[in-house]
Amino acid sequence: MNNNLIIETKHLTKRFPMGKGEFTALKGIDLTLGKGEFTGLIGPSGSGKTTLLNIIGSLDSPTEGEVIVMGSSVGIMSAKEAARLRKENLGFIFQSYNLLQVHTVYENVEFPLLLLKLSSSERRKMVHDALEWVGLTDKMKQKPPQLSGGECQRVAIARAMVKRPSLVLADEPTANLDAANSHNILQTMVKLNQDLMTTFLFATHDDKVIGYLRRKIYLKDGLVDKIETA
Amino acid sequence: MIKFLIKGLLRDRSRSLLPLIVVAIGVMLAVFMRGYINGIMVDMIEQTARFNTGHVKVMTKAYAENIDQIPNDLAIMGASELQAGLEEAFPDIKWVSRIKFGGLIDVPDDNGETRSQGPSLGIGLDLFSGSSGEIERLNLSRSLVRGTIPDTAGEILLSEEFSEKLKVSPGEEVTLIGSTMNGSMAIYNFIVSGTVRFGNTSLDRGSVIADISDVQKALDMYDSAGEILGFFPGGYYSDEKADPVMAEFNEDFVTENDEFSPVMLRLRDQEGLGLFVNLAGSMGAIVTFVFMVAMSLVLWNAGLLGGLRRYGEIGIRLAIGEEKGHVYRSMITESLMIGMAGTIIGTAFGLSLSWLLQTYGLDISEFTKNATTGIMMPNIVRARITPPDFYIGFIPGVISTVAGTMLSGIGIYKRKTSQLFKELEA
Ligand SMILES: Nc1ncnc2c1ncn2[C@@H]1O[C@H](COP(=O)(O)OP(=O)(O)OP(=O)(O)O)[C@@H](O)[C@H]1O
Ligand SMILES: [Mg+2]
Repeated sequence: MNNNLIIETKHLTKRFPMGKGEFTALKGIDLTLGKGEFTGLIGPSGSGKTTLLNIIGSLDSPTEGEVIVMGSSVGIMSAKEAARLRKENLGFIFQSYNLLQVHTVYENVEFPLLLLKLSSSERRKMVHDALEWVGLTDKMKQKPPQLSGGECQRVAIARAMVKRPSLVLADEPTANLDAANSHNILQTMVKLNQDLMTTFLFATHDDKVIGYLRRKIYLKDGLVDKIETA
Repeated sequence: MIKFLIKGLLRDRSRSLLPLIVVAIGVMLAVFMRGYINGIMVDMIEQTARFNTGHVKVMTKAYAENIDQIPNDLAIMGASELQAGLEEAFPDIKWVSRIKFGGLIDVPDDNGETRSQGPSLGIGLDLFSGSSGEIERLNLSRSLVRGTIPDTAGEILLSEEFSEKLKVSPGEEVTLIGSTMNGSMAIYNFIVSGTVRFGNTSLDRGSVIADISDVQKALDMYDSAGEILGFFPGGYYSDEKADPVMAEFNEDFVTENDEFSPVMLRLRDQEGLGLFVNLAGSMGAIVTFVFMVAMSLVLWNAGLLGGLRRYGEIGIRLAIGEEKGHVYRSMITESLMIGMAGTIIGTAFGLSLSWLLQTYGLDISEFTKNATTGIMMPNIVRARITPPDFYIGFIPGVISTVAGTMLSGIGIYKRKTSQLFKELEA
């Protein structure tokens, strides 16, 4: 097996129960993703982007086929193992930021480190670094309701990045942002991808995002339509 | 992590305030109700003990069997000797002899003809010796409406209501018409020294009180007493105190097969008070349990509503890699903190209310006007704070918050991570 491989899917199929029958959201996906990639899943609404991303993120499991993330098979791992995979190796960024509203920027970014049981001095150093990457060191004590959408998404990026995960999964990260903010956070992510060798996998249909991708995986009706490499 | 949870609780009022208020109110009511009900029941028991049953009571077997008829022909003879024996055997207990009697009180006019007349229920007790404590026990000084408490032979107290009915005032003469110990008619003149109101309907109707020496003279009961009552130090009845006394008494004082042998009855053996004593003992548990269930239901629902609001938070915590069990346990930890805080607040308020009711009392005489049971209902109810009131609130307070959270959070636990996640995205 290729040591550089971070994600590998083999004939990945996902069916959801629907009424009496079933709905097949993913119809046999074969993909590989290597370390350090900056890649996107592109496709119209309903093409299965989020479904695929969630399975790769071990938030959901495949119906058939196999998904191997950093050497472990998502389909057969226990809930505990899945939580551990997420805790140690994965970062998530969502369209709707999903910040903890009553906690400060600092505390939001610190949270993943609490789960890793790091000492407070380690945490402080890492949170400061992460906030520096996204340019929010001056808003540390503020809470999400006092921030703009762009700032919120940058907090979410800092939270995903703070533990320096191997893989970041970003589902429509720019959908709620204007053009300037979109470019801003994309540039931040490109920089982190280069500096930390973090692998990024996006799900998107936003042209601004697509412009930054080095590899584009087009999905259509639950199947890989085509793959383009820049 | 705990710090993180506490911050969340302190800042997210909607998460903590509603359950906190529910717990505080619930605990306050539970603590207060407990003190209140406890107070009423203990008051009723003690009031009955003071006027009627004692904490323990010694009578002859035959008297005890016919106690409803007040059979003074079956009274204890040589009462002072028996009382002295009791005082020696049980020096901690206060022993007093009493005679209960029934009879007519007749008020004569200037010519000696009957002006008015009414049936009365009398108690002869030790008013003169100064050491019996009976005046305080029956609260006579404070119950006095007119006149004075008898302090010389031949004086009698009437209940105020009775004196009004008979139209007789302190200083005037009344005649007791009753029956002597050996069955002949007894006629004895008293001077009314004063009137009393006990605030207890049955007592206020037709009571008369005189010194036991007068009653003995009037009824030809020389050195006899119907009943010798024992009162525990500390002033409260309990089986634990009564049982060993009764056991020792039965050993040393009782003669088998002699119907004039003395017997001892505990308070719980008289006037159907046994059930009441049992009830008073378990009331605290019943009240606590009822509030616990009610609060659990409220908090369950509050938790369900609150949980909906927190799907976003829960989803993101799962995504970041927290285990479901850990999220669930952290919510329980939160509820534990809320439960503790709410209990402390609620207990403080509940105790304050109980304290007010213990200190000032509440007049419920309107509701007890027609009471006819052997159990005496005091007209002023008071709460009674006992040591458990300080910590008992933690049982309903903490258990209900934790139970409420466990029930409402079980959905989180049962649902698949992917499903929770869908709800987060929605
Ligand atoms: N839990 C579910 N139950 C039933 N059907 C589902 C479920 N989740 C997703 N689907 C269906 O699977 C298909 C793919 O959904 P998915 O969310 O992956 O699309 P997407 O590419 O992310 O779309 P969008 O761009 O709108 O986010 C859709 O038709 C959706 O209705
Ligand atoms: Mg999607």
